[in-house]
Amino acid sequence: MNDALLKKTTRPQLDGRKLIIHLLLICSICLIGFPLYYGFVISTQSIEEVIEKPQKLLPSIHFLENYTKVWNRIHMGQLLINSGIVALVVSLGKILISILSAFAIVYFNFRGKQVVFWMIFVTLMLPVPVRIISTYQVVATLGWVDTYAGLTIPLIASATATFLFRQFFLTIPDELVDAAKIDGSGPLRFLWSILLPNSGANIAALFVVMFIYGWNQYLWPLMVTNSEKMKVVVVGISSTIPTGTQPPEWNLVMAAAMMALLPPVLVVIFMQRWFVHGLIESEK
Amino acid sequence: MKKSIFKNRWLPYLLIAPQMLVVLVFFFWPAFDSLRLSFFQTSPFGDRQVFVWLGNFTSLLISSEYHRSVLHSFIFSLGVTFLGLTVSLFLAALANQKIRGLPFYRTAVLWTYGIAPPVSGVIWLLIFHPSYGILTYLLSMVTSYEFNWLLKGWIALLLVIFAATWAHLGYNIAFFLAGLQTIPKSVMDAAKVDGASGFGLFRWITFPLLSPVTFFLFIMNMVFSFFETFGIIHAVTQGGPGDTTTIMVYKTYLDGFVHLRMGSSAAQSVILMVLVISLTVIQFRYTERKVFY
Repeated sequence: MNDALLKKTTRPQLDGRKLIIHLLLICSICLIGFPLYYGFVISTQSIEEVIEKPQKLLPSIHFLENYTKVWNRIHMGQLLINSGIVALVVSLGKILISILSAFAIVYFNFRGKQVVFWMIFVTLMLPVPVRIISTYQVVATLGWVDTYAGLTIPLIASATATFLFRQFFLTIPDELVDAAKIDGSGPLRFLWSILLPNSGANIAALFVVMFIYGWNQYLWPLMVTNSEKMKVVVVGISSTIPTGTQPPEWNLVMAAAMMALLPPVLVVIFMQRWFVHGLIESEK
Repeated sequence: MKKSIFKNRWLPYLLIAPQMLVVLVFFFWPAFDSLRLSFFQTSPFGDRQVFVWLGNFTSLLISSEYHRSVLHSFIFSLGVTFLGLTVSLFLAALANQKIRGLPFYRTAVLWTYGIAPPVSGVIWLLIFHPSYGILTYLLSMVTSYEFNWLLKGWIALLLVIFAATWAHLGYNIAFFLAGLQTIPKSVMDAAKVDGASGFGLFRWITFPLLSPVTFFLFIMNMVFSFFETFGIIHAVTQGGPGDTTTIMVYKTYLDGFVHLRMGSSAAQSVILMVLVISLTVIQFRYTERKVFY
């Protein structure tokens, strides 16, 4: 697979080898970028252009028309707001409760610490699909169906975030705790003014990973919401897919898909540095 | 462990309370309840529960429908895993070379991490569309084979495999890149001095040194394709045509929420739980070890 690239490792051919790597990279990037490009191109075409054969693979002039049409049809504004709320509450909530748990586990001795640690660990083995019916029943009993609480709180526990913060807190020198104690500041003060300011990079990293996790949820939001105004965008766009008898408005489907895709991709691109760090650290 | 520890009787319990509450109410209780439900059959009106011992499990065991679902889940997951790992290892190896424009290239491969699987599904659905899809059109120029996923199960499987793989590329590439960067330059140089080059260098040095990452990613991709691809199936194929793309998670959902066979659905949840527990245990037992020995 890599032989084409690696055969050229001898020194005299250095430039040729680099050229080939550039070419291979550009080709691969075009290939993995193609679905996105294709989706975008279709989203700017009229329905006549979409059903034309062969399709033109260049953007057309119906960008605004398609995007406003589908925006109004599926209430895209509300869908995006809901997804934004879910992604933010889930990511910040996971980070907050994980910092508190990790702080308790690292800086205190208390009965049942091992049990707590293992209970948090076990949540790794209980993804949404394996507890779906009963979780739904719990949420229904609480009266949380079709609410933001129901959408977010059952997703908030996080073993990965707790372990990451635990690892990180363990690397903080003990002298800092001693200094804080001498200054007479209590544990919460220490958490607030020493630990938190030092956790910036970890928080940013986890934020990216957890934001994507929250934004991309499908099964749980599908179950727990039933009104249009509580839907999230990844669920909402599937309603634009034309069925047999409807006009093949794939340009509108793609416009909706592009809008659902953009926010998380932008988060990844702009926070790439932290995202790679967060992903690797949190899975260690 | 820390030597300096704060002393407080109730504060640590207060600090872990939020996470424990969520874990107990939304993770442990539902998991135990699923386990309990898997021994019962609920009457069609939901008013009566009959204890059936392992009845739900034995009927799954002899159900050819369930066998197909398991088989197709494994085809799907192995497909996603092998395709994903191959493509991302190739891309990561390229994006790890010392060339100009590297930051651009890395962003251009890593952005895929942001793609939601169902959104990927919708885009690939158009690419594979029997009448308007670009792939279908291109294939129709070279072959007269009817490339229609609505009629041919294997094409539907291919469609969801492509969609899932595409949405998971960024994740795989990030780990392979990190893995490649941990390989000491001295090892590569030594191998080159010994005459290794080209494919040999990759086959005998790079790939074995990457095996812990590859193994870790193998498990994580299996978990991903089993448990996080529901949205693709639900939005794109709805398990069809027939039941070719009815993977286990989708069938659990169908039986629980559409056919209202709670007992069977709970039993399927328990089977999935055993599967994810096994995968997690394997991952934690073996990833720290040096797989390449």
